Amino acid sequence: MLSFRHRGILPGFGLSLGISLLFVSLVLLLPISGLVIQLSDMSWSQFWWVITDPRVVASYRVTLVSALIASLINGLLGLLLAWVLVRYDFYGRRLLDGLVDLPFALPTAVAGIALSALWASNGWYGPVLDQLGIKVAYTPLGIIVAMAFTSLPFVVRSVQPVLEDLPAEDEEAAASLGASDLHIFATVILPAIWPAWLTGMALSFTRSLGEFGAIIFIAGNMPFVSEITSLMIFIRLQEFDYAAASAIAAVVLLASLLLLLAINLWQNRYLKRLQGRS
Amino acid sequence: MLYRRSSLGQSPWLKYSLIGLAFVIMTLYVLAPLAFIFVRAFSQGWANYLSVILDPYTRHAIGLTLVVALLTVPINLLFGTFLAWLVTRYEFRGRKLLMTLIDIPFAVSPIVAGLLYLLLYGSQGLIGGWLDQYDVQLMFAWPGLVLVTLFVTSPFVARELIPLMQQQGQDEEEAAISLGANGWQMFSQVTLPKIRWALLYGVVLTNARAMGEFGAVSVVSGSIRGQTNTLALHIELLAQDFNAVGAFVSASLLASLALFTLLIKALVEWRQQQQLNTSLEDSQ
Repeated sequence: MLSFRHRGILPGFGLSLGISLLFVSLVLLLPISGLVIQLSDMSWSQFWWVITDPRVVASYRVTLVSALIASLINGLLGLLLAWVLVRYDFYGRRLLDGLVDLPFALPTAVAGIALSALWASNGWYGPVLDQLGIKVAYTPLGIIVAMAFTSLPFVVRSVQPVLEDLPAEDEEAAASLGASDLHIFATVILPAIWPAWLTGMALSFTRSLGEFGAIIFIAGNMPFVSEITSLMIFIRLQEFDYAAASAIAAVVLLASLLLLLAINLWQNRYLKRLQGRS
Repeated sequence: MLYRRSSLGQSPWLKYSLIGLAFVIMTLYVLAPLAFIFVRAFSQGWANYLSVILDPYTRHAIGLTLVVALLTVPINLLFGTFLAWLVTRYEFRGRKLLMTLIDIPFAVSPIVAGLLYLLLYGSQGLIGGWLDQYDVQLMFAWPGLVLVTLFVTSPFVARELIPLMQQQGQDEEEAAISLGANGWQMFSQVTLPKIRWALLYGVVLTNARAMGEFGAVSVVSGSIRGQTNTLALHIELLAQDFNAVGAFVSASLLASLALFTLLIKALVEWRQQQQLNTSLEDSQ
C-alpha cells in the first residue's frame, strides 16, 4: 500500500512510519473494526428497524436542525468578529482575540453546566427572558445555545487568515471609483472570503453534530423534543442494547466521515485555486 | 494575528459600532458563562469552596484526572511528533489518507468514540472477552478512561506541528545530516528548537482535553465515586445530587485549566512572532 517516490536524505522514515501506523491501527482502526463486527451480527431489517425508530428519527431532526441554526448564527457572528479583529486597531483587541478560543479550551461539561444555569430562571439571563415569555434552558433552544457556544471559534479562525492576506489594491481601486462600502464588501471582499467562510460554517456544523457534554446539561432531554442523537446512543448503551447503540453510532460515524471527507476535498480544491491565482 | 489597514469600513461610527457590537456579543456569549462559574463556585465563601475540594471524592476525582492526563499526554506527544515528521518530510502513497485518518477523532461524537472502545474491550467484546478469562477488566475501570482519552486527544499535537513544519521546510535538517549529524542530533538540535513552542501548545491542548473530556469517558467509566470518577464526570454527579455549588467548584477547577491554556497560547504566539522577527532581521 505504501511506497515512496521521494525520500531525500533525512533519517527516520521507517521509524516514524512504523510508529504512526502502529498507533493509527491500534487506537483508531481496531476500535472501528469492533463496530463492524458488532454490526455484522445484525440483519438489514433489524438495522433498519433500529435506525428508523420514530424516537431516533426525531433525534436526527433535532440534532440536524439545531446544528444548522447554530452554524448559521456562528457564520454571522464569526464574520463580524473576524472583520473587527483584522480590520480595526483598538484597545482590547488581543483580549477579544484570546476570548474567541475559550469555547475550545473550556471542557464541554463545564460549558454545559455554566450555560444551563446562566439561561435558567434563577440565572442571569433566564429572568429577563422569562418576562418576554421565552424559555431557553431545558428546551430545544438550549441545544442551539450550547452548539453555538462550543463551535464559535471555527468561522472566526477560518475567515481571519484569508481576510489578513487579501490584497488592499482591489478595495482601494473600487473605493477610488466611488463605490460604497457595502458595494465593495459585496463585490470585492465576499467573493474572496466565501470559501473560507463556508468551510468555517461546515466545521462548526460538524462539531455541533458531535457535541454531547455541553448539550445534555441544558437540553432537558425530552424524548421526541430535545434528545440529540448522541444521547440516543448513550441511552441504548445504558439499556445494554449494544446492537442498537452500534447501529445508531454507525449512522453518526458514516455521516461525520462523509462530512469530513467533503470538507477536506473542498478545502483542497479552493486552496489549489488560490495558489493557482498567485 | 495581523492588523490590516484599509479605508474600507473605517468611518468612525461604523467602526466603533462594529467594535462595540463585537465586545457586547463576546461578553454575553463567552465572558459571562466564564464569570458565572466562578461567581457560583464562591457563592458560599472560601471556606465552603475549600471544603468541596478537600472532600475525599473530589480529591479522588482530581487525582484520577491527573493520572489519565499524565498517561495520555506523553504517548500522544510521541505519536504526534513522529506523525508530523512523517507527513511533512516524506512523500509516500497513502499520506493524504493518513492525514484524514488522524482527523477522525475531531469529527466523531465522543459518545461514538466511547462506544467503539466499549465494543472492543468490554467483557462481550473481541479483546475484552479474551482478557476477561484472565480477570483483566479494562472497561468501567481506569485503563478504559486512559484508552478513550488517548483516542479523543490523538490529533492535537500533530495538528499543531504539521502546518508549522510544512512551512519551515527541511533545508536545515538536510544540512545537518550532510554535515554528519545523526538522526537524534538533527532532531534535538535543529528541529526541536524550531518547533518547541508549537509543541508546547500542542501538549497544553492535549492536556486540557484529556483533563476535561466528558462524553467518551462517561460511556466507559460507569462513574463509580472514588473509583472511576474524573473531575468532568464529578460535575455531573454533583449536579444530579442538587449540589450546585459543589458542581460549580469542580467546574471552576477545569475553567482555570482553560484559562491557563489560553495564557500558554498567547505566550506561544508571542514567542513565535519574536522568532519570526529575529529570523527576518538575520536575513536582512
